Amino acid sequence: MLPLAGAAVLLNPTWRARAIRGGLELSDAASAVLFDPYRMAPVFPDRDVTPLERYPLNSYLTHDPDVDLDDWRLTVTGLVSKPGDYSLDAIRGLPRLRQNTRHICIEGWDVIGSYGGVRLADLLTLVGADAQAQFVEFGCADDYYESLDIRTARHPQSLLCDEMYGRPLTREHGAPLRLVLPTKLGYKQAKYLVSLRVTNVLGPKRGYWVDQGYSWYGGL
Amino acid sequence: MTRDHADHPAVVRLCHWVIALALAVLIPSGLEVFGAFPSFGDKIPQRDLFDPPSALRLGDWLGGALQWHFTFAWLLTMAIVAYIAYQAITRNGRQVLFVARDLRGVWPMVRHYFLFGPKPRVTETYNPLQKLAYSTALALVIVSIVTGFALYKPVQLSWLVTALGGFRLTRIWHFASMCGVLAFIPGHLVMVALHGWGNFASMWTGSIRKESGIRIPDS
Repeated sequence: MLPLAGAAVLLNPTWRARAIRGGLELSDAASAVLFDPYRMAPVFPDRDVTPLERYPLNSYLTHDPDVDLDDWRLTVTGLVSKPGDYSLDAIRGLPRLRQNTRHICIEGWDVIGSYGGVRLADLLTLVGADAQAQFVEFGCADDYYESLDIRTARHPQSLLCDEMYGRPLTREHGAPLRLVLPTKLGYKQAKYLVSLRVTNVLGPKRGYWVDQGYSWYGGL
Repeated sequence: MTRDHADHPAVVRLCHWVIALALAVLIPSGLEVFGAFPSFGDKIPQRDLFDPPSALRLGDWLGGALQWHFTFAWLLTMAIVAYIAYQAITRNGRQVLFVARDLRGVWPMVRHYFLFGPKPRVTETYNPLQKLAYSTALALVIVSIVTGFALYKPVQLSWLVTALGGFRLTRIWHFASMCGVLAFIPGHLVMVALHGWGNFASMWTGSIRKESGIRIPDS
């Protein structure tokens, strides 16, 4: 009769919500265990890259939050030895790289994009992030927000991206700076970045979609 | 030799109903997930295959459906692993596992069931067609679990995605395995209905009560 008891749990809305929330959290915990920080996401030759005009735009809140590109700064706070406002030039001074990686949307579609930028890990070093810190939170010009586990943030393919397809990031793709995370689903890869906070405690705002029910980990 | 249907051990009964419950959640929540991008091709241009009817969907929206889907995917995986381990260790699974020598018995059973052919002599607990159906259904559920994990972790399990022919083909395998499981269910339910209450109850209680007087067509 155990299965009937299980089915009964699902008939109670409160228990049901708790059960499937718990299932999602179990999945996130398993994802963190399964994540191998040394495993690289597949990279692709230029001929496999989806043409830019067929690269989908999923701006959740707006296509253009009117960022003043000339006066843009990334505000860095939290567990860092050098907090402050970092200019685009300061960030661009870090070692650059380009990679063609797959972007997978939670909806099920995928594209292969060409991305250029600097490693998020290098920026964390530049700002003197606490080596023991657990999370990085991001704020965006369009009120979108996200947060990452530190191991993904320090993954060598995790980019602060300022270029797509060899050209400066356009406004609809998140100018001047966005996240590109080949080990995460698309909704984790916030656009229009304006702030970064290193922390050991995630606030109540963990992510724009996460707070509505998507997985926080969102790892591929 | 006359014999009642095999007793269903407690582990098999438990796994059967957990799997049934999990599939009852995974299929409609999967259709809701599919509805978010009902295509196996490019995003641009997007060609939708079909829009799953709302009556067959579960979860209200993509995020809700994924919560259902992940939760019950774990449950299904645990039940399938427990089922296979039990059936293998106790060797109880041999009675339903379709093997090469069952092959020649399939057509006579099909002829009997669907074409009013003579009833073949069945000396085992399950006839070759039953074995084929149960083994195929199990294989399809295993495929759905493996492809599901590949879709969930296409980077950590990138070797698996490659072996399956790529991310998009993996989505197709995942969907196709669900279609196969769906095809199994109506036939299974019809056979359960034809075999009467005692047979159905045995999947809850473990054995068919002999005094119930229910005749089991295959025994």
